[in-house]
Amino acid sequence: MIEASVVIPGETLPRVAATAETVDLLRTLWSANGPLMFHQSGGCCDGSSPMCYPDGDFITSDNDIRLGVLDISDGGEPQPIDFWMSREQFEYWSHTFLTVDVVKGRGSGFSLEAPEGVRFMIRSRLMETATPFE
Amino acid sequence: MTVYAAPGTPDAKVTFKPRYEHWIGGEWVKPVKGQYFEDISPVTGKPFAEVGRGTVEDIDAALDAAHRAAPAWGKTSSTERAAVLNKIADVIDANLELLAVAETWDNGKPIREPLNADLPLASDHFRYFASAIRAQDGDHAELDGDTVAYQFHEPLGVVGQIIPWNFPILMAVWKLAPALAAGNTIVLKPAEQTPVSILVLIELIGDILPPGVVNIVNGFGVEAGKPLASSPRIRKIAFTGETSTGRLILQYASANLIPSTVELGGKSPNLFFSDVADRDDAFYDKAQEGFVLFAFNQGEVCTCPSRALIQKPIYDSFLGAGIERTKLAVQGNPLDTDTRVGAQASNDQLEKILSYIDIGKQEGARLLLGGERVDLGGDLTDGYYVQPTIFEGDNKMRVFQEEIFGPVVAVTSFDDYDDGIAIANDTLYGLGAGVWSRNGNVAYRAGRDIQAGRVWVNNYHAYPAGAAFGGYKSSGIGRENNKLALEHYQQTKNLLVSYSEDKLGFF
Repeated sequence: MIEASVVIPGETLPRVAATAETVDLLRTLWSANGPLMFHQSGGCCDGSSPMCYPDGDFITSDNDIRLGVLDISDGGEPQPIDFWMSREQFEYWSHTFLTVDVVKGRGSGFSLEAPEGVRFMIRSRLMETATPFE
Repeated sequence: MTVYAAPGTPDAKVTFKPRYEHWIGGEWVKPVKGQYFEDISPVTGKPFAEVGRGTVEDIDAALDAAHRAAPAWGKTSSTERAAVLNKIADVIDANLELLAVAETWDNGKPIREPLNADLPLASDHFRYFASAIRAQDGDHAELDGDTVAYQFHEPLGVVGQIIPWNFPILMAVWKLAPALAAGNTIVLKPAEQTPVSILVLIELIGDILPPGVVNIVNGFGVEAGKPLASSPRIRKIAFTGETSTGRLILQYASANLIPSTVELGGKSPNLFFSDVADRDDAFYDKAQEGFVLFAFNQGEVCTCPSRALIQKPIYDSFLGAGIERTKLAVQGNPLDTDTRVGAQASNDQLEKILSYIDIGKQEGARLLLGGERVDLGGDLTDGYYVQPTIFEGDNKMRVFQEEIFGPVVAVTSFDDYDDGIAIANDTLYGLGAGVWSRNGNVAYRAGRDIQAGRVWVNNYHAYPAGAAFGGYKSSGIGRENNKLALEHYQQTKNLLVSYSEDKLGFF
């Protein structure tokens, strides 16, 4: 299990973590695809789950917020993975801590792990943020 | 009660091939890289066929075929194109049970749904667009004594379409019918969860369409969908699915300067005003059914009425009756016509639903019914079944704001009309909504005040062709199911004709 760094100004607690299985999968995907990013999707079908893309493929804007950076490196060269969400969605998520897990599945959208027969998903728990989201 | 035989068993209506290739240029074509992936039936959790694992090479071959077919199909008269669509509709009607069994096996939905909804709607969709294109006129204007403008609807050319797994055949048809009617040729990428039932359909209708007019490449989103959506060789990309992919689709479209329509889901409120309970009559019964419709298609509908807003004076009685009514929804073998609730479409969908049930409880929502995975035993023991679930809470909770895409409804109360509308509109999405009231004025005003592209008034989950369908807010862009959709697949050619024989006098 690794925790993401704290990136939202004024906050002191991390918001995102990744299970050991997730980290292993991300390392495999990084070797094949290079640097990665996450964007939490909403809406129908395969929504409500995080999408993993090559870093920069998905253009974020001021209307997205970066919740944290997961460094999946094993002590060597840093391998940072930004975790993004749209701001409008974050208003409803800001009280929950997100752990990125992996389950067997058919995958979806253009998320990179689909051909591996697995799917990233979020397990949530309530959290107390150090300062509330404005 | 009829229990249809499982595919491949004696008396089965359909037997799947062990392996499905891509459908390109009117024939089965092996994937260039020779790779396949398993299609798993949610009914049993077991694989039942292999499907071509498409890559950019296959997408390019499909685009080649679509480009070869485009000029002739584009110049075919609307009369001839309409005749083709009507023949396709007839074939669907003639093979209803075969297609229904295929759809149930690939998606997990109970067979009463494709028999009574998905497939009749699919054939009617082709007939609607056959009529719409016949009735579509161009226009002209006399601009001055010597100049006339003639406006023609012309096809875009070759279009790409990426569809979801919740109604595999119907979602394909919602895209194919208007695009074909308008004279376009198509490369379709079905969802990787449900790649086969559309191929069973194309096998039946393949020879009605000229080769290359419809091409189907299966595969994973990142390997096949992305090359299609980002190809500079398509004139439009259409997509139904979730928001992050929707944004990527629009990104690729902007890079290629092509139009895109995207349908991205919702968190649809179902509003029950107090007058609904004025009498215990057929209408009250209908409203009760309206409440339970959150379980239709296992909740795997972009317009699932997943928030029930019940006006306070009738809250306890209506909800109490709704809970009892939900308990009557039979969950079982999807091939049994008595089954109302079947399997979720994949393991990861099931896991996601269970994780939402968990966060609902953590946030303090009260679990009033269900909440557990179900083991139906026997051959179904590894299938993806979860109980219809009812939560009670408040509209700020995540289970009230996010699309769970399972048979889960979040219930809350509202005080007066303004409170009901405010809660209904307090969502990022705006695809569907339901309004139930005996008072026509209330029903009308609520329908107009709710920020959603489809408001069902005194009904729900009806999708007749002709009724425009699409989202407000973060639910997407564009409309389907209505002649408006033709315009999404056409461009306007203006011929500006001079009948003057004199020069301008300019040069």
